[in-house]
Amino acid sequence: MTTATLTRAASRSRGRYGFRTVARMEWLKLRSVRSTWWILLVLAAGLIGMAILVMAHEHWTTMSAVDRASFDPTNNSYWGLAIGQLAIGVLGVLTVTSEFSSGMIRATFAAVPRRPLVLAAKAAVLAAVTLVAGEILAFTAFAIGQAVLKSPAPHATLGQPGVLRAVLMAGAYPALIALIGLGLGALIRHTAGAISAVVGVLFVLPLILGQLGTSVQHAAEKFVPMLIAENSLTAVKPVPHALSPGLGLGLLVLYAAAALAAGGWALVRRDP
Amino acid sequence: MIEARGLVKRYGPTTAVDHLSFDVRPGTVTGFLGPNGAGKSTTMRMILGLDRPDAGTARVNGQSYHDLRWPLRDVGALLEAKAFHPGRSARAHLTALAASNAIPRGRVDEVLEITGMATAADRRAGKFSLGMAQRLGIAAALLGDPAVLLLDEPVNGLDPEGIRWIRGLLKNLAADGRIVFISSHLIGEVAQTADQLIVIGRGRLLAQTTVAGLSARGSSLEEAFFQLTEASTEYSAHYTPRSVS
Repeated sequence: MTTATLTRAASRSRGRYGFRTVARMEWLKLRSVRSTWWILLVLAAGLIGMAILVMAHEHWTTMSAVDRASFDPTNNSYWGLAIGQLAIGVLGVLTVTSEFSSGMIRATFAAVPRRPLVLAAKAAVLAAVTLVAGEILAFTAFAIGQAVLKSPAPHATLGQPGVLRAVLMAGAYPALIALIGLGLGALIRHTAGAISAVVGVLFVLPLILGQLGTSVQHAAEKFVPMLIAENSLTAVKPVPHALSPGLGLGLLVLYAAAALAAGGWALVRRDP
Repeated sequence: MIEARGLVKRYGPTTAVDHLSFDVRPGTVTGFLGPNGAGKSTTMRMILGLDRPDAGTARVNGQSYHDLRWPLRDVGALLEAKAFHPGRSARAHLTALAASNAIPRGRVDEVLEITGMATAADRRAGKFSLGMAQRLGIAAALLGDPAVLLLDEPVNGLDPEGIRWIRGLLKNLAADGRIVFISSHLIGEVAQTADQLIVIGRGRLLAQTTVAGLSARGSSLEEAFFQLTEASTEYSAHYTPRSVS
């Protein structure tokens, strides 16, 4: 036993836990609960289902000239992001709130006392998984959307200017919403409260702004995540009063960074 | 060694832990005793760096918990039963924790064997009885083969066979030269495994003694414990800590 103890002591002195080991833990956690896969399935169903529903029912022949001028076959493939963003925001929330509700968070922090490292590892793993899923689904929704769109309506191809960019940004949007959910979850800790906050940001905010008259709407709506997705990220034809795609993406990155910073601050400051 | 020095933890107007100092030494099982609400769990969480003390320090092997390089390989802890995601299997729970401290996968199977959880390893942990949840918590504490073990109410929920098993396990772990620090509010239970005792009441140290030393204070061990903790409630305003060995 003495020899074993000495070997243990020697192996302990080498190295230290770090981002790689903690990210591995977070990956194993994320993939070993069913809710992760159910939520990704909802994202898939939402994106592909809405692409089929909307694109199969575009009636070019009966469209007015104005509608034809603004018709954007890329943008219209992504109505499913409205559903998908809720599912993926919930995934971000649950990644951390499920640990608080079960008490698992104390086991996690006992294993990894540097709490910002835990949040960084969670964010990296969550972003990687949701980005891969998001991009695969964005390309799939685009392909299916164009396939079910009836001629003579104009079809989009990835070679047309701005289309590939719009598809890639559509795929990145879920990952950014997941990170906002993760940050809010770390800040609020309670599943129901954090999901309410996500719903508030994603759905209630645009509803409220919609009631405040066109001048406020035009000034403020461009900063709302869902409308950035609809009017900036996935738009190939520019939408009036909307941010440019690059600016929209930058702003979402900023939102995610702010939510994570607030969440990280709360994790360090408050006892788990 | 675990060293607590002047630990204070306040929750609003209540002081849960009040200038608590003690040492826990290796080679024996040390019982951490006190009535419910005495501050045992809070103290353990402060040793593990989970709760931030309002004053004082806690050190494990001369280091602050936060500075440990491989925390799970130095310290194993059981804080509460069912501190796991209910949808995750026992094996997945342990595998994830092991990964954080680069503990080889084979060790997961070992601790599942040691705790008698091998046959339940792939079931969803949310379906476990309290006893099984407790065994899973102990398995997690043993993952890193640590030299220090902190177990909060380890006997909770175990059946008589489980209680017999854990008494043997704790004694063997201490006999290896480890620190084994277990909390309980039942002196009778602790006396079965522990030699050293740290008794607290209302967050203050009442005695750091041995089972024999406490027993000598009254007509029986239970009576001595009762008198000690009752005094802490009754005379708390005028109380001065004593140390008996």
